[in-house]
Amino acid sequence: MKLVTAVVKPHMLDAVKEALDAAGIRGLTVSEVSGHGRQKGHTEVYRGAEYTVDFLPKVRIEVLTGDHEADDVVRTIVAAAQTGKIGDGKVWVIPVDTVVRIRTGETGEEAL
Amino acid sequence: MAAVSAADTAWVLVCAALVLFMAPGLALFYGGMVRSKHVLAIMAQVFGAAAVVSLLWALVGHSLAFGPDHGRLLGDLHLAGLGHAGDAIPGFPHLAAAPQAFTVFQMMFAVITAALLAGAGADRMHFGSFLLFVGAWVLLVYAPLAHWVFSPNGWLAHLGVLDFAGGTVVETNSGASALALCLVLGARRGWPREQMAPHSLPLTLVGAGILWFGWIGFNAGSALAVGGLAAQAALSTHLAGCAGLLGWLLVEKLQTRHSTTLGAASGAVAGLVAITPAAGYVNALGAIVIGFLGGVVSVFAVEQKVHRGYDDSLDVVGVHGVAGVVGTLLVGVFATRTVNAGVPHTGLLDGGGMHLLGLQALAVVVTVAWAFPLTYAIAALVQRTARLRVPHDAELEGLDTYIHAESAYDIGSRRVAGRMGA
Repeated sequence: MKLVTAVVKPHMLDAVKEALDAAGIRGLTVSEVSGHGRQKGHTEVYRGAEYTVDFLPKVRIEVLTGDHEADDVVRTIVAAAQTGKIGDGKVWVIPVDTVVRIRTGETGEEAL
Repeated sequence: MAAVSAADTAWVLVCAALVLFMAPGLALFYGGMVRSKHVLAIMAQVFGAAAVVSLLWALVGHSLAFGPDHGRLLGDLHLAGLGHAGDAIPGFPHLAAAPQAFTVFQMMFAVITAALLAGAGADRMHFGSFLLFVGAWVLLVYAPLAHWVFSPNGWLAHLGVLDFAGGTVVETNSGASALALCLVLGARRGWPREQMAPHSLPLTLVGAGILWFGWIGFNAGSALAVGGLAAQAALSTHLAGCAGLLGWLLVEKLQTRHSTTLGAASGAVAGLVAITPAAGYVNALGAIVIGFLGGVVSVFAVEQKVHRGYDDSLDVVGVHGVAGVVGTLLVGVFATRTVNAGVPHTGLLDGGGMHLLGLQALAVVVTVAWAFPLTYAIAALVQRTARLRVPHDAELEGLDTYIHAESAYDIGSRRVAGRMGA
């Protein structure tokens, strides 16, 4: 099992969600986060004084999948969240030892 | 005493209400510019100042400013407590509005001028000590200056200084006093290294709009009568606000490649400040030039605080003080008898030579020389005795919870501190 984590631009969330739905992925977790990648933040101007805002608003999407679907999920997210502009975000995959569905007690891929 | 005119009384009362509305406007204007943990504190200071100053004005201030004159320097306590509020106002034999209307109108001037000072010390003042400070300030600094300029019996007015609605008494005075106050207080913790960007520019823009609306009453009401002069002042006021807005944005665009909403709000206020002393003395074109220059000059004035290292939190010195000086001086250039037949000396462009310009410069110098040291002394005294400045950890926690045990919003600002550049 894998955990796919994506950090994307907030306004791309709907597109990613719809693409995952269309690909048959049902479960996901979304949280509001802030941060920056290589481009750093942006500059804002208040009464002539320039402020650098280092931490930009982003959305983190987490999807638990089976080993075989993980690549599809990554591809789906990348395709949906890509604008080609700086700050599109990142996706990464990590292995998961155990998953338990709390309601039924099912474990492993049955619990996904 | 002239017979009381219902129309003039109604006009001055309406204008008094418009000027009072500037207080919540200022609270929003300032409130949006501070960080979210301090928004209630600055609003409380503006509302608190309104209450304290109004009561002190009724008890003593009005009488000191507009009571029977002594040596062209000060009124006396003859009108203290407003027990004779219906008596004629000394120096205003032709006032046709009810004297009480004049009193309440002038009371609102004192309120808004004192409330302006909250902006210079934002984010680091004790509420109660600030009220103590503005109470002393309005009686010791503002009331005598109001007598010198606004009462025809005062020595500056008698010399021929022109100040239609408060370029000296309100704007230059508040700017010079704001500088003294923030020097006594010292800079906010972390300034200018840490980011202290406004937490809600929509609030600031709504506040600026309310100020603009109220400013019509401020300036047009200063005609103290219904008629062409009031209408001319309203026209000049609005045009100057528009020109100031565009002037600020133009400089900002050239300097930073962006025209900002905070710049628009600030420029409008700077234009309105600049026209305040001139509203009843200049024509529409003069008003546009004065407003525009007010906006342009204020941008550069605001930058000075970082260069010179004084933390005037919300730019009272740059926007009110400097634009007030610009407007006061430009009266000496643009004042014309075609707009106001009553002016004793006309400006440079109306053939008056340098005489009026010199008088206006004198008024600026006198105002600064009076307001700055006296305010510094009052603020320092309050700081020594009642602790004007809050402890450092209170600044970190936020004055809203530290002083008022309240918070403005359910969630804190999402803004995460970065660095202040440039």
